[in-house]
Amino acid sequence: MPTVSMTVNGKAVSAEVEARTLLVQFLRDKLSLTGTHVGCDTSQCGACVVHVDGKSVKSCTMLAAQAEGAKVATIEGLANGTEMHPMQAAFKEHHGLQCGFCTPGMVMSALDLVKHNPSPSEHDVREWLEGNICRCTGYHNIVKAITAGAAAMRR
Amino acid sequence: MHDFHYHRASSLADALKALAAAKDGRLLAGGMTLLPTVKQRLASPSDLVDLAGLTELRGIRAENGGLGVGAMTTHAEVAHSPDVRKTIPVLAALAESIGDPQVRNRGTIGGSIANNDPAADYPAAVLGLDATVVTNKRKIKADDFFKGLFETALGEDEIVTAVHFPRPEKAAYVKFPSPASRYALVGVLVAKTAGGVRVAVTGAGACVFRVKEMEEALAKSFTADAVKGIKIPSKGLNSDLHGGADYRAHLISVLAGRAVTACG
Repeated sequence: MPTVSMTVNGKAVSAEVEARTLLVQFLRDKLSLTGTHVGCDTSQCGACVVHVDGKSVKSCTMLAAQAEGAKVATIEGLANGTEMHPMQAAFKEHHGLQCGFCTPGMVMSALDLVKHNPSPSEHDVREWLEGNICRCTGYHNIVKAITAGAAAMRR
Repeated sequence: MHDFHYHRASSLADALKALAAAKDGRLLAGGMTLLPTVKQRLASPSDLVDLAGLTELRGIRAENGGLGVGAMTTHAEVAHSPDVRKTIPVLAALAESIGDPQVRNRGTIGGSIANNDPAADYPAAVLGLDATVVTNKRKIKADDFFKGLFETALGEDEIVTAVHFPRPEKAAYVKFPSPASRYALVGVLVAKTAGGVRVAVTGAGACVFRVKEMEEALAKSFTADAVKGIKIPSKGLNSDLHGGADYRAHLISVLAGRAVTACG
């Protein structure tokens, strides 16, 4: 079996995997980083969004082998010890979740938005969330949380 | 998903060698269509040859007044490129309308046109802007490239390396997207080019196509009114749960008119 190596949340990792192993399976099953979720498994819902070399991607539609040598960031890498990342704190503060299943993908997607657009309008946020589905339909507070999280990150 | 052999090609020659040696090999670009297809077992290739390592297939260059876009350039890169926004803004806007941000971060122009999905956006840009597809072997005019449902002029041992877009005088793309997938139910690109007016339609048929009658009408009078009245026959158009052939035919006329207006 081929070996894949990459950096996940700042830590060098390496494992033998089948070629067909998806990045999300590698993260969840090999590294036990189960914060990244599999919702639809068809690249539509965005529960599996992680960052690869600084860009948000759907890890259910990428092979682990394609991330060879890449820097991967997942929801587990955001907090500083027990202190939540401002975007995570904003989701808590504004109750940007109901069941919470889509939340890791929402937060990772939001951080990619803020990288390009530090002061997103409500419209910008809603448009950006095209690829993140909340089946509780809790979008209203998610949008509020992202707008507030972006503001907190500017401070 | 069936297992397969994965190769990360180090050069075009290396990719061609791995492809030739495979029993049923497929080229992997961004994987936004191929991986879901393999996951659904609609395809079970023996080998995937990843082109991601070929930096020479990436990037956007000014070429003869137009733009050369490397085959492995992502939709996000095209959408955000200052060169594309300045030289051919319709191309940046079209790229920005594909899928969602995460799909745009991975999906590539080469992958999109080689796949030639009937509802994909890029084929409308390539055909409507009279682009030329460059491969490891030759240059193919857009009019000769798209052959039918998921079918192109590409040979088994041919790899798209770039697409050259001449700069249009003016152009606009208007699509009616499926609310779920953002694929075009119908998309129409209208362009005034050096070679005349071109109208390319995606989403409506088995493959992107031009509407000669509209092109002739727009050559005489470049106004929305010139195309609004042109009825497209629904025979042979796509009919599915998103919309019937009659509806799609109607949309072509409506969207063509809007695209002309958007050309300004």
